[in-house]
Amino acid sequence: MSQDAHAMHMPTTTGLDSRKMAIWTFIGSECLFFASLISTYMVYRGKSLTGPYPHESWTNPANGEVVKGILNIPLTSFSTFVLLMSSFAVVLALYGAQRGKRGMLIGWLSATMVGGAIFLGGQVYEFNHFVHEGLTLHQNLFGSTFFTLTGFHGGHVTVGLIWLGTVLVTAIRGKLPPEKALNLEIAALYWHFVDVIWIIIFTLIYLIK
Amino acid sequence: MATTVLDHAETHAHAKTGLWSWITTVDHKRIGILYGATAFLFFLIGGLEALLLRIQLGSPNNTFLSPETYNQLFTMHGTTMIFLAVMPISAMYFNFMIPLQIGARDVAFPRLNAFSYWVFLAGGLFINISFLFHAAPNAGWFGYANLTTKPYSPGPNVDFWVIGLQTLGIASLAAAVNFFVTIINLRGPGMKLMRMPMFVWMSFITQILLLLAFPVITVALIMLMFDRVFHTMFFTVAGGGDPQLWQHLFWVFGHPEVYILILPAFGIVSEILPVFSRKPLFGYAAMVFSGAFIAFLGFGVWAHHMFATGMGPIADSFFAISTMLIAVPTGVKIFNWIGTIWGGSIQLKTPMYFALAFIAMFIMGGLSGVMHASPPADLQQTDTYFVVAHFHYVLFGGSIFALTAGAYYWFPKMFGKMLSEKLGKVHFWLMLIGFNLTFMPMHFVGLNGMPRRVYTYPAGLGFELLNRLETIGAFILAISMLVFVYNLWRSLRNPVPAPADPWNGATLEWSIPSPPQEFNFAEIPTVHSRDPLWETKRARGGPLPEPALASGKDIHMPNPSFWPLVTAIGVITTLTGFLVGFPYVNLVGAAILLTGIFSWAFEPAG
Amino acid sequence: MSHPAEAHAHPEEHAHPSAGTYAKIAVTLVILTALEVAVYYVESIRTYLVPILIVLMIIKFALVAMYYMHLKQDSKLFSGLFVFPIFIAVVVIVALILLFSIKHPQMPQ
Repeated sequence: MSQDAHAMHMPTTTGLDSRKMAIWTFIGSECLFFASLISTYMVYRGKSLTGPYPHESWTNPANGEVVKGILNIPLTSFSTFVLLMSSFAVVLALYGAQRGKRGMLIGWLSATMVGGAIFLGGQVYEFNHFVHEGLTLHQNLFGSTFFTLTGFHGGHVTVGLIWLGTVLVTAIRGKLPPEKALNLEIAALYWHFVDVIWIIIFTLIYLIK
Repeated sequence: MATTVLDHAETHAHAKTGLWSWITTVDHKRIGILYGATAFLFFLIGGLEALLLRIQLGSPNNTFLSPETYNQLFTMHGTTMIFLAVMPISAMYFNFMIPLQIGARDVAFPRLNAFSYWVFLAGGLFINISFLFHAAPNAGWFGYANLTTKPYSPGPNVDFWVIGLQTLGIASLAAAVNFFVTIINLRGPGMKLMRMPMFVWMSFITQILLLLAFPVITVALIMLMFDRVFHTMFFTVAGGGDPQLWQHLFWVFGHPEVYILILPAFGIVSEILPVFSRKPLFGYAAMVFSGAFIAFLGFGVWAHHMFATGMGPIADSFFAISTMLIAVPTGVKIFNWIGTIWGGSIQLKTPMYFALAFIAMFIMGGLSGVMHASPPADLQQTDTYFVVAHFHYVLFGGSIFALTAGAYYWFPKMFGKMLSEKLGKVHFWLMLIGFNLTFMPMHFVGLNGMPRRVYTYPAGLGFELLNRLETIGAFILAISMLVFVYNLWRSLRNPVPAPADPWNGATLEWSIPSPPQEFNFAEIPTVHSRDPLWETKRARGGPLPEPALASGKDIHMPNPSFWPLVTAIGVITTLTGFLVGFPYVNLVGAAILLTGIFSWAFEPAG
Repeated sequence: MSHPAEAHAHPEEHAHPSAGTYAKIAVTLVILTALEVAVYYVESIRTYLVPILIVLMIIKFALVAMYYMHLKQDSKLFSGLFVFPIFIAVVVIVALILLFSIKHPQMPQ
């Protein structure tokens, strides 16, 4: 298998697996990455000099068109639900992996990926729609901060999908027995983190007016 | 030609010499040497940049350098010294010494370790290639927006800076994860946390700072790049953006960064003083906790770099108090160092000279630093040479002196040769005199009003004599560097091998041959105290015999790998796409990156 | 119940939650999300919108971290690796918000 199979079975000072420790360390670091993006968003809230705005209406002076608050709460609530369910799905996939239940592993891991893909699809649709409504990266502070924060979150989701997809392929090829369940556990931790960041983003950006 | 019986080591598939063995190495000791050699070269380049600056400033109204060239040189001098010299020289010591001092055979993730080095090299080369285009970064090492936004910096200079720094950040983050896990998880039997050498403790705290601080500058750089490339409004006043946000984000990173620069130095000095005083470190626990406290508080002082930006009296007061507070744990360390030397049997060898000078120079830098902590005083000092004096005393008098002490101390272990004591002392005195002559006068010209970051000054303001002295001092420093280089070259060619334990050391690295064999320890040692080697020697009633070379044939070491280098090439290529503005470059880079990552992940074990 | 493979790879863990427990957490998360959205639409509690949402957000975060990310059953070291950076992150966010809302009295807002 991979070289890290060797690392996995080396005795460690704490008895904990070094790779699991590494992903948690990385996640800790990522907290500061998203904190910086979130801080910027919060600092610039309500400071845009022109619309479109997240929650209030805006009259476009160029053509007199009224653009309502651009955030679509029902759609985003649905995406949030889907992403949360995908976290649930990967937990079940890991449960199956650890017990050697191949069907459960492959089924729920596939479901996780479908959930992630739906979420990303929702993001792509949302971004496209916003651009059509006149909100771009360079339109105003809201555009700059919103697209950067949610865009990088989406980037993280994409990386997560590629990672989970790779694990899924190894599972389908029968190369994910219970002894190697840690491979999925580490990918799942990353996935949960991405979900947890979305929990924060959904509240701070979408729900707080 | 006689035939020879090949033993296991010779039939082993991997070559130990030659370029390819260095390109694919995952051995922490080799990676350490790569870091050190590269960083030393960059250090000399940074020094050359400083010399050119000093020539320009040696006379009033000088025309040796144009204002534009001056800006590029002082920007690159700062960026180079911080990111391409001090940090990677510290990385050399992390790499070489941490596994040895904790009783491990390598770091937790050897290929990730190699990756970190190659990404560092790529970043360093990338940012320096800008010189070939006469477009070196020119907006200071701190890149204040909105000077660095497109309208005010239309050329590629700032793009080189942003991308270069981003690349270096990736190297640092990867290495930080690696060393953090290594120190927690790969300690040998008996190596409890409160028995670790102080260098390992300070390095450990440094990794935590790296992990928490670098993401912040990563975001700041992303936002600046977006302003430049995608016309976002982060620092664009016309769109409602606030340039002060850059300063806050930069310094939330920047202040922990200066502790990243000094903590390893503290650790090295805490290793050297006990050995050359023949006394254990005074107040071990206090040293650990003060180091941790400094790091923790270091996240609460950043806006002391911004006292002149109109934050208001509440913010000013808060950061003034937190900054004054951080002097306390630092003071604790200084008293503990003095307590270590007090009553000891002082061995005045070159490492000790540099370590003792460190204490004095760092105290001086700390005193001017505490003066900055008062906002009203700082309004007078900020943007003058008084600040330049302060940070050179802590970064050169502090970090560089300590890293140099470490070089003399650990050179025998790393290369199996002793550095010349005589040349070492010449190096020391030239460096000490040159350093003080260069930077002491800056306190005075600074308080007399000479502004920093300006390419010249008029005559008749009383700056001429001191600036001339500073320039002379800089040349004395340069000569001291030449002496050091000569010492290195001569010593490497010296046929006399160094013993395993030339200094009567206390820690594990001195128990193995100089230089160590690939697997470090023939048998992983069990430790029972903080000074395991002194304990062993005491029990024996005398020095240890020279350790025998072991065959190591039953010890399995990680295989070398080509993929960390490929992945690093993928990283730099992807980021270069943003410099040149051709998405195809990004795509090619991403393809190389993915190839590297997947090949790395699925590489078969040996 | 401990599983041989797990006992080797995860010596520090106690009993694993069952699939049923995970499902209950999932349902709770859905209910909390629905509550959040409902609070958004109910005009009468406008003044309490922010604290209620923050509390709900923290509960959801904690549930995912403790159960899905397994922190409750795992070594406390992992919790520390997550909680400490979160603490620093919150400090940075709050500090920046405060710094940009309380400016120098004579500076234009």
